[in-house]
Amino acid sequence: MSRTAGVTRATLVKDLRLEWRSKDAINSMLFFALLVVVIFSFSFDPTAEESRRIAGGLVWVAFLFAAVVALNQTWARELRNQVLDAYRVSPAPAHSLFLAKVVGNFIFVSVLEALMTPLFVVFYNLRAIGPAYQLLVVAALGTWALVVNGTFFAAMSLRTRSREIMLPLLLFPITIPALLAMVEATSSILTGEFSAKFWIVLLAVYDVVFTTGCVLFFEIVLHGE
Amino acid sequence: MTDTPIIAVTDLVKQFGRFAALRGVSASFDAGRLYAILGDNGAGKTTLLRALAGLTPATRGSLAMLGTTNLREVCGQMGYMAHPSLLYDEMSGLENLRYFARLYGIRDDARCEAVIRSVNLDPSLARPVGQYSQGMRQRISLARALLNDPKILLLDEPFSNVDVRSAREMAGLLAKLRDGGKTILVVTHQAGLLRGVADEFVWMEAGRIVKRTRDWEPTEAM
Repeated sequence: MSRTAGVTRATLVKDLRLEWRSKDAINSMLFFALLVVVIFSFSFDPTAEESRRIAGGLVWVAFLFAAVVALNQTWARELRNQVLDAYRVSPAPAHSLFLAKVVGNFIFVSVLEALMTPLFVVFYNLRAIGPAYQLLVVAALGTWALVVNGTFFAAMSLRTRSREIMLPLLLFPITIPALLAMVEATSSILTGEFSAKFWIVLLAVYDVVFTTGCVLFFEIVLHGE
Repeated sequence: MTDTPIIAVTDLVKQFGRFAALRGVSASFDAGRLYAILGDNGAGKTTLLRALAGLTPATRGSLAMLGTTNLREVCGQMGYMAHPSLLYDEMSGLENLRYFARLYGIRDDARCEAVIRSVNLDPSLARPVGQYSQGMRQRISLARALLNDPKILLLDEPFSNVDVRSAREMAGLLAKLRDGGKTILVVTHQAGLLRGVADEFVWMEAGRIVKRTRDWEPTEAM
Protein backbone atom coordinates (compact mmCIF):
# COMPACT_ATOMS: atom_id res chain seq x y z
CA MET A 1 0.00 0.00 0.00
CA SER A 2 1.40 3.42 -0.92
CA ARG A 3 2.21 5.95 1.78
CA THR A 4 -0.70 8.18 0.81
CA ALA A 5 -3.18 5.30 0.78
CA GLY A 6 -1.87 3.97 4.12
CA VAL A 7 -2.20 7.32 5.91
CA THR A 8 -5.58 8.02 4.29
CA ARG A 9 -6.90 4.65 5.40
CA ALA A 10 -5.54 5.03 8.95
CA THR A 11 -7.07 8.51 9.26
CA LEU A 12 -10.42 7.36 7.87
CA VAL A 13 -10.56 4.38 10.25
CA LYS A 14 -9.66 6.69 13.14
CA ASP A 15 -12.42 9.16 12.20
CA LEU A 16 -15.02 6.43 11.82
CA ARG A 17 -14.01 5.00 15.19
CA LEU A 18 -14.26 8.43 16.87
CA GLU A 19 -17.67 9.07 15.29
CA TRP A 20 -18.90 5.60 16.25
CA ARG A 21 -17.95 6.32 19.87
CA SER A 22 -19.20 9.90 20.11
CA LYS A 23 -21.94 9.99 17.41
CA ASP A 24 -21.54 13.79 17.50
CA ALA A 25 -21.90 14.44 13.78
CA ILE A 26 -24.54 11.88 12.88
CA ASN A 27 -26.84 12.74 15.81
CA SER A 28 -26.78 16.48 15.18
CA MET A 29 -27.24 16.00 11.43
CA LEU A 30 -30.16 13.62 11.88
CA PHE A 31 -31.88 15.87 14.39
CA PHE A 32 -31.49 18.90 12.13
CA ALA A 33 -32.68 17.11 8.97
CA LEU A 34 -35.63 15.60 10.82
CA LEU A 35 -36.68 19.05 11.98
CA VAL A 36 -36.51 20.38 8.42
CA VAL A 37 -38.66 17.52 7.06
CA VAL A 38 -41.30 17.93 9.75
CA ILE A 39 -41.42 21.74 9.64
CA PHE A 40 -41.62 21.82 5.83
CA SER A 41 -44.35 19.19 5.80
CA PHE A 42 -46.41 21.27 8.24
CA SER A 43 -45.70 24.51 6.37
CA PHE A 44 -46.78 23.25 2.93
CA ASP A 45 -49.50 20.90 1.92
CA PRO A 46 -48.56 20.12 -1.67
CA THR A 47 -50.29 17.74 -4.03
CA ALA A 48 -48.26 14.78 -5.34
CA GLU A 49 -47.52 16.70 -8.54
CA GLU A 50 -46.36 19.80 -6.66
CA SER A 51 -44.26 17.63 -4.33
CA ARG A 52 -42.37 16.18 -7.26
CA ARG A 53 -41.55 19.70 -8.45
CA ILE A 54 -40.35 21.11 -5.11
CA ALA A 55 -38.88 17.97 -3.49
CA GLY A 56 -35.50 18.35 -5.22
CA GLY A 57 -34.99 21.76 -3.64
CA LEU A 58 -36.30 20.75 -0.22
CA VAL A 59 -34.24 17.58 -0.01
CA TRP A 60 -30.93 19.13 -1.07
CA VAL A 61 -31.29 22.28 1.02
CA ALA A 62 -32.02 20.09 4.04
CA PHE A 63 -28.99 17.90 3.32
CA LEU A 64 -26.77 20.93 2.68
CA PHE A 65 -27.65 22.55 6.01
CA ALA A 66 -27.34 19.24 7.85
CA ALA A 67 -23.97 18.53 6.20
CA VAL A 68 -22.60 21.83 7.51
CA VAL A 69 -23.13 20.52 11.05
CA ALA A 70 -21.04 17.42 10.29
CA LEU A 71 -18.39 19.41 8.48
CA ASN A 72 -17.82 21.65 11.48
CA GLN A 73 -17.56 18.59 13.74
CA THR A 74 -14.90 17.01 11.53
CA TRP A 75 -12.31 19.63 12.29
CA ALA A 76 -13.50 20.56 15.77
CA ARG A 77 -12.30 17.10 16.78
CA GLU A 78 -8.80 17.93 15.51
CA LEU A 79 -8.70 21.19 17.45
CA ARG A 80 -9.34 19.59 20.84
CA ASN A 81 -5.95 19.03 22.50
CA GLN A 82 -4.43 20.59 19.34
CA VAL A 83 -4.22 17.13 17.76
CA LEU A 84 -3.90 18.69 14.34
CA ASP A 85 -0.40 19.88 15.33
CA ALA A 86 0.64 16.24 15.77
CA TYR A 87 -0.33 15.67 12.13
CA ARG A 88 1.38 18.86 11.00
CA VAL A 89 4.73 17.90 12.54
CA SER A 90 4.61 14.43 11.02
CA PRO A 91 5.87 13.62 7.51
CA ALA A 92 2.39 12.40 6.50
CA PRO A 93 1.13 14.02 3.28
CA ALA A 94 -1.46 16.77 3.72
CA HIS A 95 -3.73 15.43 0.99
CA SER A 96 -4.09 12.11 2.84
CA LEU A 97 -5.69 13.92 5.74
CA PHE A 98 -7.96 15.81 3.38
CA LEU A 99 -9.05 12.74 1.40
CA ALA A 100 -9.74 10.79 4.59
CA LYS A 101 -11.88 13.62 5.93
CA VAL A 102 -13.77 13.91 2.64
CA VAL A 103 -14.46 10.17 2.46
CA GLY A 104 -15.47 10.15 6.14
CA ASN A 105 -17.88 13.04 5.64
CA PHE A 106 -19.19 11.41 2.48
CA ILE A 107 -20.04 8.30 4.51
CA PHE A 108 -21.69 10.33 7.31
CA VAL A 109 -23.82 12.40 4.92
CA SER A 110 -24.70 9.31 2.85
CA VAL A 111 -25.91 7.56 6.00
CA LEU A 112 -28.02 10.62 6.78
CA GLU A 113 -29.47 10.60 3.26
CA ALA A 114 -30.23 6.89 3.45
CA LEU A 115 -32.08 7.41 6.72
CA MET A 116 -33.91 10.58 5.71
CA THR A 117 -34.96 9.69 2.16
CA PRO A 118 -37.75 7.28 3.26
CA LEU A 119 -39.12 10.05 5.48
CA PHE A 120 -39.16 12.51 2.56
CA VAL A 121 -40.92 9.90 0.43
CA VAL A 122 -43.59 9.35 3.09
CA PHE A 123 -44.12 12.96 4.12
CA TYR A 124 -44.26 14.28 0.55
CA ASN A 125 -45.83 11.25 -1.09
CA LEU A 126 -43.00 11.04 -3.64
CA ARG A 127 -42.73 8.66 -6.57
CA ALA A 128 -40.26 9.05 -9.40
CA ILE A 129 -41.73 9.16 -12.90
CA GLY A 130 -38.30 9.31 -14.58
CA PRO A 131 -35.50 6.69 -14.24
CA ALA A 132 -35.22 6.32 -10.44
CA TYR A 133 -31.76 4.69 -10.52
CA GLN A 134 -30.36 8.05 -11.66
CA LEU A 135 -31.27 9.44 -8.24
CA LEU A 136 -28.47 7.28 -6.80
CA VAL A 137 -25.96 8.83 -9.23
CA VAL A 138 -27.19 12.35 -8.39
CA ALA A 139 -27.03 11.57 -4.67
CA ALA A 140 -23.47 10.26 -4.91
CA LEU A 141 -22.15 13.10 -7.08
CA GLY A 142 -24.10 15.76 -5.18
CA THR A 143 -22.98 14.53 -1.79
CA TRP A 144 -19.37 14.45 -2.96
CA ALA A 145 -19.69 18.04 -4.22
CA LEU A 146 -21.00 19.15 -0.82
CA VAL A 147 -18.41 17.37 1.28
CA VAL A 148 -15.33 18.06 -0.82
CA ASN A 149 -15.87 21.82 -0.71
CA GLY A 150 -17.28 21.70 2.79
CA THR A 151 -14.27 19.84 4.16
CA PHE A 152 -11.90 22.26 2.45
CA PHE A 153 -13.65 25.43 3.61
CA ALA A 154 -14.19 24.05 7.11
CA ALA A 155 -10.42 23.58 7.31
CA MET A 156 -9.90 27.10 5.99
CA SER A 157 -12.18 28.60 8.61
CA LEU A 158 -10.57 26.56 11.41
CA ARG A 159 -8.42 29.36 12.70
CA THR A 160 -11.08 32.04 12.45
CA ARG A 161 -12.92 33.12 15.57
CA SER A 162 -16.45 32.39 14.40
CA ARG A 163 -15.84 29.35 12.25
CA GLU A 164 -19.42 28.05 12.53
CA ILE A 165 -20.56 31.19 10.70
CA MET A 166 -17.58 31.36 8.35
CA LEU A 167 -18.17 27.91 6.90
CA PRO A 168 -21.64 28.59 5.41
CA LEU A 169 -20.47 32.03 4.27
CA LEU A 170 -17.63 30.46 2.29
CA LEU A 171 -19.34 27.25 1.29
CA PHE A 172 -22.80 28.26 0.11
CA PRO A 173 -21.81 30.67 -2.69
CA ILE A 174 -19.30 28.22 -4.17
CA THR A 175 -21.80 25.37 -3.95
CA ILE A 176 -24.52 27.19 -5.92
CA PRO A 177 -23.67 25.59 -9.33
CA ALA A 178 -23.60 22.11 -7.76
CA LEU A 179 -26.77 22.77 -5.78
CA LEU A 180 -28.54 23.97 -8.92
CA ALA A 181 -27.45 20.81 -10.74
CA MET A 182 -28.56 18.57 -7.86
CA VAL A 183 -31.98 20.23 -7.58
CA GLU A 184 -32.61 20.28 -11.34
CA ALA A 185 -31.45 16.70 -11.82
CA THR A 186 -33.59 15.46 -8.92
CA SER A 187 -36.66 17.37 -10.12
CA SER A 188 -36.16 16.07 -13.68
CA ILE A 189 -36.04 12.49 -12.46
CA LEU A 190 -39.02 12.88 -10.13
CA THR A 191 -41.24 14.62 -12.71
CA GLY A 192 -39.89 12.69 -15.71
CA GLU A 193 -40.40 15.82 -17.81
CA PHE A 194 -36.91 16.04 -19.25
CA SER A 195 -33.56 14.24 -19.13
CA ALA A 196 -31.24 14.75 -16.14
CA LYS A 197 -28.13 13.82 -18.10
CA PHE A 198 -26.91 17.38 -18.63
CA TRP A 199 -27.11 18.13 -14.89
CA ILE A 200 -25.43 14.85 -13.97
CA VAL A 201 -22.54 15.58 -16.33
CA LEU A 202 -22.29 19.10 -14.89
CA LEU A 203 -22.14 17.65 -11.37
CA ALA A 204 -19.44 15.18 -12.41
CA VAL A 205 -17.34 17.96 -13.95
CA TYR A 206 -17.85 20.13 -10.87
CA ASP A 207 -16.68 17.26 -8.65
CA VAL A 208 -13.55 16.62 -10.69
CA VAL A 209 -12.58 20.31 -10.85
CA PHE A 210 -13.17 21.06 -7.17
CA THR A 211 -11.67 17.81 -5.89
CA THR A 212 -8.50 18.49 -7.85
CA GLY A 213 -8.33 22.11 -6.69
CA CYS A 214 -8.98 21.28 -3.04
CA VAL A 215 -6.41 18.46 -2.99
CA LEU A 216 -3.80 20.74 -4.57
CA PHE A 217 -4.36 23.66 -2.21
CA PHE A 218 -4.98 21.77 1.02
CA GLU A 219 -1.31 21.68 2.00
CA ILE A 220 -1.27 25.49 2.08
CA VAL A 221 -4.40 25.50 4.23
CA LEU A 222 -3.04 22.88 6.62
CA HIS A 223 0.36 24.44 7.16
CA GLY A 224 -0.74 28.06 6.86
CA GLU A 225 -1.02 30.28 9.90
CA MET B 1 28.90 14.74 20.15
CA THR B 2 29.86 16.63 17.01
CA ASP B 3 31.11 20.18 16.42
CA THR B 4 28.40 20.97 13.86
CA PRO B 5 25.26 22.20 15.60
CA ILE B 6 22.24 20.01 15.00
CA ILE B 7 20.01 23.10 15.30
CA ALA B 8 21.08 26.58 14.22
CA VAL B 9 18.83 29.59 14.66
CA THR B 10 19.88 32.92 13.17
CA ASP B 11 18.23 36.23 13.97
CA LEU B 12 14.79 34.62 14.29
CA VAL B 13 11.91 37.05 14.52
CA LYS B 14 8.30 36.07 14.99
CA GLN B 15 5.56 38.65 15.06
CA PHE B 16 1.90 38.13 15.83
CA GLY B 17 0.39 41.30 14.45
CA ARG B 18 2.23 44.09 16.22
CA PHE B 19 3.48 41.86 19.02
CA ALA B 20 6.95 40.39 18.57
CA ALA B 21 7.14 37.04 20.36
CA LEU B 22 10.71 36.45 19.18
CA ARG B 23 13.02 39.42 18.66
CA GLY B 24 16.09 38.22 16.83
CA VAL B 25 16.94 34.92 18.48
CA SER B 26 20.28 33.45 17.45
CA ALA B 27 21.47 30.21 18.96
CA SER B 28 22.97 26.86 18.15
CA PHE B 29 22.33 23.54 19.81
CA ASP B 30 24.70 20.58 19.66
CA ALA B 31 23.75 16.98 19.09
CA GLY B 32 23.34 14.61 22.02
CA ARG B 33 22.71 17.28 24.63
CA LEU B 34 19.79 18.24 26.80
CA TYR B 35 18.86 21.90 26.92
CA ALA B 36 16.41 23.43 29.38
CA ILE B 37 14.76 26.58 28.05
CA LEU B 38 13.65 28.81 30.86
CA GLY B 39 11.93 32.14 31.24
CA ASP B 40 8.82 33.88 32.46
CA ASN B 41 5.46 33.58 30.75
CA GLY B 42 5.55 35.45 27.44
CA ALA B 43 9.33 35.18 27.14
CA GLY B 44 8.98 33.38 23.78
CA LYS B 45 9.90 29.83 24.84
CA THR B 46 6.88 28.11 23.33
CA THR B 47 7.04 30.22 20.17
CA LEU B 48 10.69 29.24 19.73
CA LEU B 49 9.82 25.57 20.16
CA ARG B 50 6.88 25.82 17.73
CA ALA B 51 9.13 27.53 15.20
CA LEU B 52 11.67 24.71 15.56
CA ALA B 53 8.87 22.17 15.10
CA GLY B 54 7.83 23.91 11.89
CA LEU B 55 4.44 24.87 13.29
CA THR B 56 5.01 28.61 13.31
CA PRO B 57 6.72 30.12 10.28
CA ALA B 58 9.26 32.78 11.16
CA THR B 59 8.59 36.38 10.20
CA ARG B 60 12.32 36.90 9.62
CA GLY B 61 15.55 35.04 10.14
CA SER B 62 16.54 31.47 9.43
CA LEU B 63 16.36 28.14 11.09
CA ALA B 64 18.38 25.06 10.15
CA MET B 65 17.90 21.60 11.56
CA LEU B 66 19.99 18.53 10.74
CA GLY B 67 21.73 20.60 8.09
CA THR B 68 18.69 21.81 6.18
CA THR B 69 16.45 24.85 6.33
CA ASN B 70 13.54 22.87 4.88
CA LEU B 71 12.04 21.53 8.09
CA ARG B 72 9.52 19.34 6.22
CA GLU B 73 12.47 17.30 4.95
CA VAL B 74 13.56 16.37 8.45
CA CYS B 75 10.28 16.35 10.37
CA GLY B 76 10.38 12.55 10.44
CA GLN B 77 13.49 12.80 12.63
CA MET B 78 11.92 15.13 15.14
CA GLY B 79 9.55 14.49 18.03
CA TYR B 80 7.33 17.22 19.44
CA MET B 81 5.40 17.27 22.68
CA ALA B 82 3.20 20.30 23.26
CA HIS B 83 1.51 21.63 26.37
CA PRO B 84 -1.83 20.10 25.27
CA SER B 85 -1.68 16.33 24.85
CA LEU B 86 -2.02 16.20 21.02
CA LEU B 87 -4.04 13.03 21.57
CA TYR B 88 -7.64 11.99 20.95
CA ASP B 89 -9.46 11.77 24.28
CA GLU B 90 -11.92 9.16 22.99
CA MET B 91 -9.24 6.58 22.11
CA SER B 92 -6.97 4.52 24.34
CA GLY B 93 -3.24 5.22 24.55
CA LEU B 94 -2.40 2.30 22.27
CA GLU B 95 -5.08 3.25 19.70
CA ASN B 96 -3.73 6.79 19.64
CA LEU B 97 -0.15 5.63 19.17
CA ARG B 98 -1.14 3.11 16.49
CA TYR B 99 -2.69 5.94 14.50
CA PHE B 100 0.24 8.31 14.89
CA ALA B 101 2.66 5.49 14.07
CA ARG B 102 0.98 5.13 10.66
CA LEU B 103 1.73 8.80 9.97
CA TYR B 104 5.43 7.96 10.26
CA GLY B 105 5.07 4.81 8.18
CA ILE B 106 5.44 2.57 11.25
CA ARG B 107 3.17 -0.46 10.98
CA ASP B 108 4.64 -2.37 13.90
CA ASP B 109 2.37 -2.54 16.96
CA ALA B 110 5.32 -3.81 19.00
CA ARG B 111 6.98 -0.39 18.58
CA CYS B 112 3.88 1.34 19.99
CA GLU B 113 3.76 -1.02 22.94
CA ALA B 114 7.48 -0.57 23.57
CA VAL B 115 7.30 3.24 23.75
CA ILE B 116 4.28 3.04 26.06
CA ARG B 117 6.26 0.73 28.35
CA SER B 118 9.26 3.06 28.15
CA VAL B 119 7.22 5.80 29.83
CA ASN B 120 6.05 3.36 32.53
CA LEU B 121 2.52 2.89 31.26
CA ASP B 122 0.67 -0.31 30.49
CA PRO B 123 -0.06 -0.74 26.75
CA SER B 124 -3.05 -2.97 27.52
CA LEU B 125 -4.83 -0.15 29.34
CA ALA B 126 -8.18 0.08 27.50
CA ARG B 127 -9.36 3.33 29.11
CA PRO B 128 -9.68 6.28 26.75
CA VAL B 129 -6.99 8.93 27.19
CA GLY B 130 -9.67 11.39 28.32
CA GLN B 131 -9.97 9.36 31.51
CA TYR B 132 -6.23 9.31 32.23
CA SER B 133 -4.77 11.31 35.10
CA GLN B 134 -2.76 14.38 34.10
CA GLY B 135 0.49 12.56 34.82
CA MET B 136 -0.52 9.63 32.62
CA ARG B 137 -1.55 12.01 29.83
CA GLN B 138 1.84 13.69 29.95
CA ARG B 139 3.59 10.32 29.77
CA ILE B 140 1.50 9.01 26.88
CA SER B 141 2.07 12.33 25.16
CA LEU B 142 5.81 11.84 25.59
CA ALA B 143 5.42 8.31 24.22
CA ARG B 144 3.77 9.76 21.10
CA ALA B 145 6.73 12.11 20.62
CA LEU B 146 9.11 9.15 20.91
CA LEU B 147 7.26 6.89 18.46
CA ASN B 148 9.47 7.62 15.46
CA ASP B 149 12.70 7.32 17.48
CA PRO B 150 13.56 10.97 16.71
CA LYS B 151 17.03 12.47 16.74
CA ILE B 152 15.63 15.73 18.11
CA LEU B 153 13.01 15.98 20.84
CA LEU B 154 11.17 19.24 21.46
CA LEU B 155 9.23 19.17 24.71
CA ASP B 156 6.95 21.95 25.91
CA GLU B 157 6.20 21.83 29.64
CA PRO B 158 6.47 18.04 30.02
CA PHE B 159 6.33 18.28 33.83
CA SER B 160 3.34 20.59 34.18
CA ASN B 161 0.59 19.24 36.45
CA VAL B 162 2.63 16.12 37.11
CA ASP B 163 3.36 14.99 40.68
CA VAL B 164 6.97 15.33 41.83
CA ARG B 165 7.73 11.60 41.70
CA SER B 166 6.41 11.18 38.16
CA ALA B 167 8.20 14.36 37.08
CA ARG B 168 11.51 13.04 38.47
CA GLU B 169 10.93 9.76 36.64
CA MET B 170 10.31 11.69 33.43
CA ALA B 171 13.48 13.74 33.96
CA GLY B 172 15.39 10.47 34.46
CA LEU B 173 13.93 9.11 31.24
CA LEU B 174 15.00 12.28 29.39
CA ALA B 175 18.54 11.85 30.73
CA LYS B 176 18.55 8.27 29.42
CA LEU B 177 17.33 9.41 26.02
CA ARG B 178 20.02 12.09 25.92
CA ASP B 179 22.63 9.49 26.84
CA GLY B 180 21.29 7.45 23.93
CA GLY B 181 22.30 10.30 21.58
CA LYS B 182 19.13 12.35 21.26
CA THR B 183 19.15 16.13 21.32
CA ILE B 184 16.47 17.36 23.69
CA LEU B 185 15.08 20.86 24.16
CA VAL B 186 12.78 21.18 27.15
CA VAL B 187 10.71 24.27 27.83
CA THR B 188 9.86 24.28 31.51
CA HIS B 189 9.03 26.37 34.52
CA GLN B 190 10.31 23.60 36.79
CA ALA B 191 13.99 23.87 36.02
CA GLY B 192 14.91 22.36 39.39
CA LEU B 193 13.82 18.99 38.06
CA LEU B 194 16.49 19.18 35.39
CA ARG B 195 19.29 20.11 37.80
CA GLY B 196 22.10 17.66 37.19
CA VAL B 197 20.28 16.37 34.10
CA ALA B 198 20.35 19.28 31.64
CA ASP B 199 23.64 20.08 29.93
CA GLU B 200 22.76 23.71 29.52
CA PHE B 201 20.14 26.16 30.75
CA VAL B 202 18.98 28.69 28.15
CA TRP B 203 17.32 31.76 29.63
CA MET B 204 14.83 33.76 27.61
CA GLU B 205 13.34 37.16 28.30
CA ALA B 206 11.05 39.29 26.13
CA GLY B 207 11.65 37.25 22.99
CA ARG B 208 15.43 37.05 23.31
CA ILE B 209 17.95 34.59 24.70
CA VAL B 210 19.61 36.55 27.48
CA LYS B 211 21.85 33.95 29.08
CA ARG B 212 23.14 30.41 28.67
CA THR B 213 24.57 28.65 31.70
CA ARG B 214 25.97 25.21 32.44
CA ASP B 215 24.44 25.15 35.91
CA TRP B 216 21.02 26.03 37.11
CA GLU B 217 21.05 29.44 38.73
CA PRO B 218 17.77 29.83 40.51
CA THR B 219 16.28 33.29 40.36
CA GLU B 220 13.52 34.72 42.51
CA ALA B 221 10.99 33.61 39.96
CA MET B 222 12.18 30.01 40.11
